[in-house]
Amino acid sequence: MSALTLAARDSSTMVRRQLKRLVRYPSMTIQLVITPVILLLVFVYVFGGTLGNGLGGAGNGRSAYVNYVVPGILLMAVATAATGTAVMVATDMTEGVIARFRTMRIWRPAVLTGHVVGAVIQQLLGMAVLIGVALAMGFRPDATVVEWLAAAGLLILFVVAVTWLSVALGLKAQTPESASNAPMPLILLPFLGSGFVPTDSMPTVLRWFAEYQPFTPIMETLRGLLLGTPIGNSGPIAVAWCAGIAVASYLWAKHTFDKA
Amino acid sequence: MTNLAIEASGLRKSYGDKVVLDGVDLAVPEGTIFSLLGPNGAGKTTTVQILSTLIRADDGRVKVAGHDLARQADDVRGAIGVTGQYSAVDKLLTGEENLLLMADLKHLPKREGKRKAKELLERFDLADAAGKTAATYSGGMQRRLDLAMTLVGDPRLIFLDEPTTGLDPRSRRTMWQIVRDLVAGGVTIFLTTQYLDEADELADHIALLDHGTLIAEGTPDELKRLIPGGHVSLRFTGDDALNGALGALGRGFVDPADENRLTLQVPSDGSVASLRELLARLDAAGIEPADLGVHTPDLDDVFLTLTGQNQETTR
Repeated sequence: MSALTLAARDSSTMVRRQLKRLVRYPSMTIQLVITPVILLLVFVYVFGGTLGNGLGGAGNGRSAYVNYVVPGILLMAVATAATGTAVMVATDMTEGVIARFRTMRIWRPAVLTGHVVGAVIQQLLGMAVLIGVALAMGFRPDATVVEWLAAAGLLILFVVAVTWLSVALGLKAQTPESASNAPMPLILLPFLGSGFVPTDSMPTVLRWFAEYQPFTPIMETLRGLLLGTPIGNSGPIAVAWCAGIAVASYLWAKHTFDKA
Repeated sequence: MTNLAIEASGLRKSYGDKVVLDGVDLAVPEGTIFSLLGPNGAGKTTTVQILSTLIRADDGRVKVAGHDLARQADDVRGAIGVTGQYSAVDKLLTGEENLLLMADLKHLPKREGKRKAKELLERFDLADAAGKTAATYSGGMQRRLDLAMTLVGDPRLIFLDEPTTGLDPRSRRTMWQIVRDLVAGGVTIFLTTQYLDEADELADHIALLDHGTLIAEGTPDELKRLIPGGHVSLRFTGDDALNGALGALGRGFVDPADENRLTLQVPSDGSVASLRELLARLDAAGIEPADLGVHTPDLDDVFLTLTGQNQETTR
């Protein structure tokens, strides 16, 4: 068996393992689906009326804010799920079965690939629900099929990147408890970017950070694809950030797993 | 000449200043049960972890199943099975799913994997619980599932790290029988245990590990002869015979436990040569004992004596 088929076969075995585990332990998935929906409801119905008026774009009020905030909430959902993934990985590493895998002739990163693919499927499910709820609340994207596909592609790339990062953080953590703290900053990033309000209303230092941090170009690209706002050069920057984070995190995770 | 399943020399491992293994040599012939015996913290688990590729030794040359441990770790992994001290089952999966997972990771064809899983579930008395998640299993059941998972793919060398720690007596006996059956099938077993009776019961060869060094090794009987305290007890039919024997042998004393005072205890290491010599002397004197018994110290005596000595010399 060639190295590549071996890798693919062991990875798919581990993905099946992870999916079974996710089905047996559904509370994590449920929490992952519900939390962003609640955030969306709060931001639109509690803050949305006022925040929408300050957008200064074409629309006003709550209906304009639904359109504005959805990309931010989508990224927020991914960042929240990262915590769950890190905890899940850290917990798994304390189980004896991982030691068993290490003594077997298998493609080593397969254990991690299983976690990543499982988490990506879990999160795409959550995003589908979130977009469904948003549509019911008045989210009105004007995207073509191609734009939808491009947006979905970018989201998947982003999810893969953040998930590999959270797998690495979960491996690095000494205990499941400390693993839950590590991805915290990710949850703040949508706020410190263009997720909830446009960056030009922020003080200079914060605005500078907001414009150059990775989440902003991703959110701007999503907004542009779904709602037709100007994208500028955000597209390639967004893809580059995602790819960079994914590759660096994969190598970090693999190294950490091999060394342990 | 028999091939060696494990061949190690000068195995060393330290964590910081703490020396866990300080130059251990091992030679385990194929198809035998080798037991590494020692108190908690002696370095047993570390040895298993090194030999099963989980951690790297600091120094030493090791060949496992014919492959160099440092350079051909993946070939070693392909030949061994490991059942560690801590349950290595996926508790969120059912017993059957755990076995099928192993079959997939061993790259068995689907049908072959299913057949093997079914066979192992029956053999390990887990067929009724096959569809339940491992989290609901008792300690003994988890341990059996654990070993069953190790056997998927028919490894020729199996590491068992304290396989019966925490099991009730009945589960222990079941586990012992399983181990014996495996060896009957030609498998080599490397067993660690802190139970002397377990090593005595199962092992062909025992190595005593204490503070990271081997302090004794040999068959259970050889080890028992290592320490004083063994004797031959001879029972006679009358005082004349007893006194005659005392004269002929020139040593021994009357066993105070015998009410009739007709039993003689003669210090002996219990070896065949010393018995032959003893009987020859009695023969020459024309004395025939009515009964003869050989008492070798049990492994507990050996263990306590040897580890006790070791502590004294290191302090």
